[in-house]
Amino acid sequence: MSGLDFDLAHLFAGLMVLVCFLMLYQDRLYSLLNTFAVHAMVLSLAVAWQAYIQGAPQLYVTAAIALIFKAMVIPIALHRLIRRMDLHREIETVGGIGRTMLLGMALVALSISVMLPVTAAAGTLAREDLAFALSIVLLGLLMMITRRNAVSQVVGFMTLENGLILAATGAKGMPLVVEISVAFSVLIAFIVIGIFLFRIRERFDTVDVGALDSFRGDRR
Amino acid sequence: MSLGAIALAGVLLTPLASAALLALLAGYRATARLNVVASGLSFLAALSLIAVRPLPNDFLFVDDLNVVFIVLNTFVGFTTSIFSATYIRHELETGRLTPVYLRFYHAMFQVMLFGMSLALASQNVGLMWVAVELATLTTVVMVGIYRTHEALEAAWKYFILGSVGIALALFGTILVYLAAQAVVGEGLPAMSWIVLVDNAPRFDPALLNLAFVFLMLGYGTKVGLAPLHAWLPDAHAEGPTPISAVLSGLLLNVALYAILRFKVVMAANPGAIAPGPLLITLGLVSLVFAALMLYRRRDIKRLFAYSSIEHMGVIAFAFGMGGPLANFAGLLHMTMHSLTKSAIFFAVGHVAQAKGTQKLDDMGGLTVTHPALGWGLVLGVIAIAGVPPMGVFMSEFLVVSSTFSRQPLLAIPLVLGLLLAFGALILRLQHVVFGDATGESHKVDASYAPMLIHLALVLAAGIALPPAIVAWFQNVSRALG
Repeated sequence: MSGLDFDLAHLFAGLMVLVCFLMLYQDRLYSLLNTFAVHAMVLSLAVAWQAYIQGAPQLYVTAAIALIFKAMVIPIALHRLIRRMDLHREIETVGGIGRTMLLGMALVALSISVMLPVTAAAGTLAREDLAFALSIVLLGLLMMITRRNAVSQVVGFMTLENGLILAATGAKGMPLVVEISVAFSVLIAFIVIGIFLFRIRERFDTVDVGALDSFRGDRR
Repeated sequence: MSLGAIALAGVLLTPLASAALLALLAGYRATARLNVVASGLSFLAALSLIAVRPLPNDFLFVDDLNVVFIVLNTFVGFTTSIFSATYIRHELETGRLTPVYLRFYHAMFQVMLFGMSLALASQNVGLMWVAVELATLTTVVMVGIYRTHEALEAAWKYFILGSVGIALALFGTILVYLAAQAVVGEGLPAMSWIVLVDNAPRFDPALLNLAFVFLMLGYGTKVGLAPLHAWLPDAHAEGPTPISAVLSGLLLNVALYAILRFKVVMAANPGAIAPGPLLITLGLVSLVFAALMLYRRRDIKRLFAYSSIEHMGVIAFAFGMGGPLANFAGLLHMTMHSLTKSAIFFAVGHVAQAKGTQKLDDMGGLTVTHPALGWGLVLGVIAIAGVPPMGVFMSEFLVVSSTFSRQPLLAIPLVLGLLLAFGALILRLQHVVFGDATGESHKVDASYAPMLIHLALVLAAGIALPPAIVAWFQNVSRALG
């Protein structure tokens, strides 16, 4: 494997982790969506590069889906949704942003220290890609936990999916799953936007999940 | 096409085709019937899989293990569709469901059955993941179908936790592929169960260990093992009751099946950690935790949802112990739990309709006001609490006795949990079915047949398990290692 192949793959995966941190400190919905669009764009670059160096043309489809669907359609649709339903545009976070960032750094350190020794048998590229991918998955989880707003939880989930797709494309020659998992992320996005947000809006006049917490199963 | 391939196609294509048809057709009577007929046909096709097997290909296969799950799943799916027909009629009459949602409900019901059968019959690890996700998504939508405040919160919680679980499972799946790819090369074979098990001894143990942790967390969330169970009680309580029945009776089993398959791969590798202790720990925690939680429940469907967590704990514990006897007990307990718990939910669904509430405090004296439902519920609870001669008693007895002979210390928390759960269920039951009649009381047009068939099967299994089934389960148990 030539140096350039390796360096560029690393650059894109590292950029994705970096953009995750950018997302962690956004406190407005619009800017969060814009940052997510950037995240998806970097993902499509990373996937396209993998397609090129692995000589796997089917991965270009995955890259195109990431670019068109995740970086454009979904953010634009969510933008319109927020405007039309006149949602709160600030994001309420649990715990301070500083603490969240520190936790995020700890998670990246954790995933690198877990993945690198374990995956010694896999190729160098796959192995460091996986460490980055796991960081992105964990950062997406962190975002879902620390945000109380339904839209930003969805964004957190899509970030997590981006990490998974990065991992799947990094595993050389992994069959079938890439395309299907992308199709599923599309389906998930549809379900979320189509059903949940509209219904939640209809019932609560807010997309703040905090408002849902007033109900607690047995204690009513 | 061989006979086996036709049978498998019947199991998979019947629900798919009828889902499309049900989405197009309107009208309660025709669609409810079509739903029953389609589920019945899938069950018949599944039964024929016992006799004839298709040859395994890259995507699908049938072996001794998954045929047990497929037959059980399609059977409970079939009886649930019968129960669902009367249940849904009542919901339509009371206006909780509109005709548009009814169409949607029936189509989703079949898609869910398709997803579960596909997950069980898939030979490819990735395909199985996709199928489990499909089944999860359909149940999420079904849980939220009443669109009340509570139902939406339950569906949202289920969606978020379920997706996180399924995402972690995908990461684990990718890691398994990486481990396999280094040995068997790239492409489809590196994701097939048969190849994975055959080549497992040569996989990198460290990679497998890491993969198993992710798979355990991911699919464990779907099994509802504590502390990953938070979605389960809400999802059971707020959705339509037929969905609670299939969630408890079927979907939890499908997720457990995934864990079992990966456990076999792990066990075949001498360098990897033993998967048993992890399963034992999660199982015991779920059992004791859920047993304690049973005491504070005020909602009848939530009560039985916690009971499902408890039983999944017992099953995970049994499979964690491993060995022919404990595996046999685990398989038997899983079958008995599916049958009994869905029978209970069939009763509970009509009880909630009869009383107009799910709150335990507002229902009382059921045996006086609704004798058939009341006594059905009594039988169901007696069975699930593990009273002899019901089948659940026998499987629990097997779990406990095999634990005593091998790890006596572990038997203490196990027995403690079982006794705690027993006490809680009897305490609750005594108030609901006996005593003075309280709360409202409506007449319901209930379908008793599905409930009675399940309970009769459980009773029959408790008295005398047919030798053919014993031999089959023993065979599977040995293969599970």
